[in-house]
Amino acid sequence: MPTLNEFLMLGAILFCLSIAGIFLNRKNLIILLMCIELMLLAVNMNFIAFSYFSGDIAGQVFVFFILTVAAAEAAIGLAILVVLFRNRATINVDDLDSMKG
Amino acid sequence: MTLIELNMLMPEIILLSMASLILIIDAFLPDDLRDLTYQLSQGTLIGVGLVIFSTYPQQTELALHGMFVTDPMGATLKLFIVGIVFFTFLYSRSYLKERNFFKGEYFTLGLFATLGMLIMVSAHNMLVIYLGLELLSLSLYAMVAMHRDSQSATEAAMKYFVLGAIASGILLYGMSMLYGMTGTLDLNELSQSLSTLDEYHTALVFGLVFIVVGLAFKLGAVPFHMWVPDVYQGSPTSVTLFISSAPKLAAFAMVMRLLVDGMGHLHSDWQDMLILLSILSMAIGNIVAISQTNIKRMLAYSTISHVGFLLLGILTADKAGYAASMFYVVSYALMTLGGFGMILLLSRAGFEAENISDYKGLNERNSWFAFIMLILMLSMMGVPPMLGFWAKFSVVMQLINSGMLWLAIVAVLFAVIGAFYYLRIIWMMYFEKPEETAPIEDTMDMRVAVSANGLLVLGLGLMPHTLMTICLSAFSLV
Repeated sequence: MPTLNEFLMLGAILFCLSIAGIFLNRKNLIILLMCIELMLLAVNMNFIAFSYFSGDIAGQVFVFFILTVAAAEAAIGLAILVVLFRNRATINVDDLDSMKG
Repeated sequence: MTLIELNMLMPEIILLSMASLILIIDAFLPDDLRDLTYQLSQGTLIGVGLVIFSTYPQQTELALHGMFVTDPMGATLKLFIVGIVFFTFLYSRSYLKERNFFKGEYFTLGLFATLGMLIMVSAHNMLVIYLGLELLSLSLYAMVAMHRDSQSATEAAMKYFVLGAIASGILLYGMSMLYGMTGTLDLNELSQSLSTLDEYHTALVFGLVFIVVGLAFKLGAVPFHMWVPDVYQGSPTSVTLFISSAPKLAAFAMVMRLLVDGMGHLHSDWQDMLILLSILSMAIGNIVAISQTNIKRMLAYSTISHVGFLLLGILTADKAGYAASMFYVVSYALMTLGGFGMILLLSRAGFEAENISDYKGLNERNSWFAFIMLILMLSMMGVPPMLGFWAKFSVVMQLINSGMLWLAIVAVLFAVIGAFYYLRIIWMMYFEKPEETAPIEDTMDMRVAVSANGLLVLGLGLMPHTLMTICLSAFSLV
């Protein structure tokens, strides 16, 4: 059985990966949405690890709520993406620059 | 759940039921009866306001196993939130109608966002805070994207969505660290275990940093402000009005719940972070606003600078400071409501009064509205004896009282720099020739509402002690 520290490391690595993905990726908005999901999953990893090792159930309940909200969030995100694609015919991150100043 | 607890939750329960009901009714309404959705929404808001007022709590009470709290601060903020949303709907109505955009979604999403705000204000558990926040944010993302054929609105929606989701993720990561160290999600228990816990200080501060970053994102404090200007500029003005006013009150409540109620014992740690955030916000907000030509974008940077001032009161970490911050956030919300209301008033079908040059010679076109705009601009600038002056004055006084004279001087300095761009609008309204000569078209209720809004700002500025007493009593200081 891995230790709590190893789980936290995994959570932190996933979290850093998702942040890096969001800021390095300049091409594709869908990858950006995937990174956001990964970020929430990294948090879930933390909650479950803490919950398991401290024997407290609240963390796991929190995870269910995060999963549910993440599903709603993905639905709205993809809906906005579809509308954006209809207007712009592109999902390139770099093209989202019509407003400046 | 006991009957007393049910009573405490009554405003939220009524709002949820009515929002769901209006959603269903609206789906079956023919387009020419769409006004019914609007009237039902406004009626709901009035009803909820009355219920909050009639159940105004005298002290802090917990419900649902400590997940939900009602206290004077929360009830006052809720009353202002409901009132401001009421005015927002009132202002938006003719704007939406002129653009063939008068759909039920604006009002139902607005009601759900209001529900999210009320939950954020009353949440006393990290899970509930998160749920309230997401209910608010998801509704707002959809509202921004509601103008489906507008390129800038959809782009703004995407940016808002991505950055908002990152903020939620960061906030959650911080919550998970705190949960791990203290083993609880409840804010009271969190506060208790923080007062006895000494060993994991580094890990706690690690979690705290994430929470502060998440909150700064939501408030729009520099360096996490990137979304604010784009979203304000790109959204339909009625949505910008919604985003810029009431959610700031809810965000203030969330900061109070998390940092003060939950992590009050770590105040020496978050104080330094907030000092940095507020100095940067005041600096960037006020300086970048000077170079803007779009008034919505300018007001966005002005919002960022106001957030800097708002944080000044919180970072004093005493009750008088919190009261000053609350006074600030309420007066900010009233002023920004008037400011965007004025943009909505001057816009008409096919024309958005969103460039600063559109305000040239407003005095010649309509001297009454120029006067209202003058009041709002002077108030945002912080000229005595306007409301904005008393707001700035009270936070700066609290800073001096808590021994941070240098920070007070910095704040006043940036307030003076910020005066420039408000003065420019006043100059254009009174001393330049109008470029736009078409008469101002609007409805009677809109004229009355904007005038009432402006006069309220003026009246509260002349009698600041009324609002100040409300804020002080929210923290049981009078």
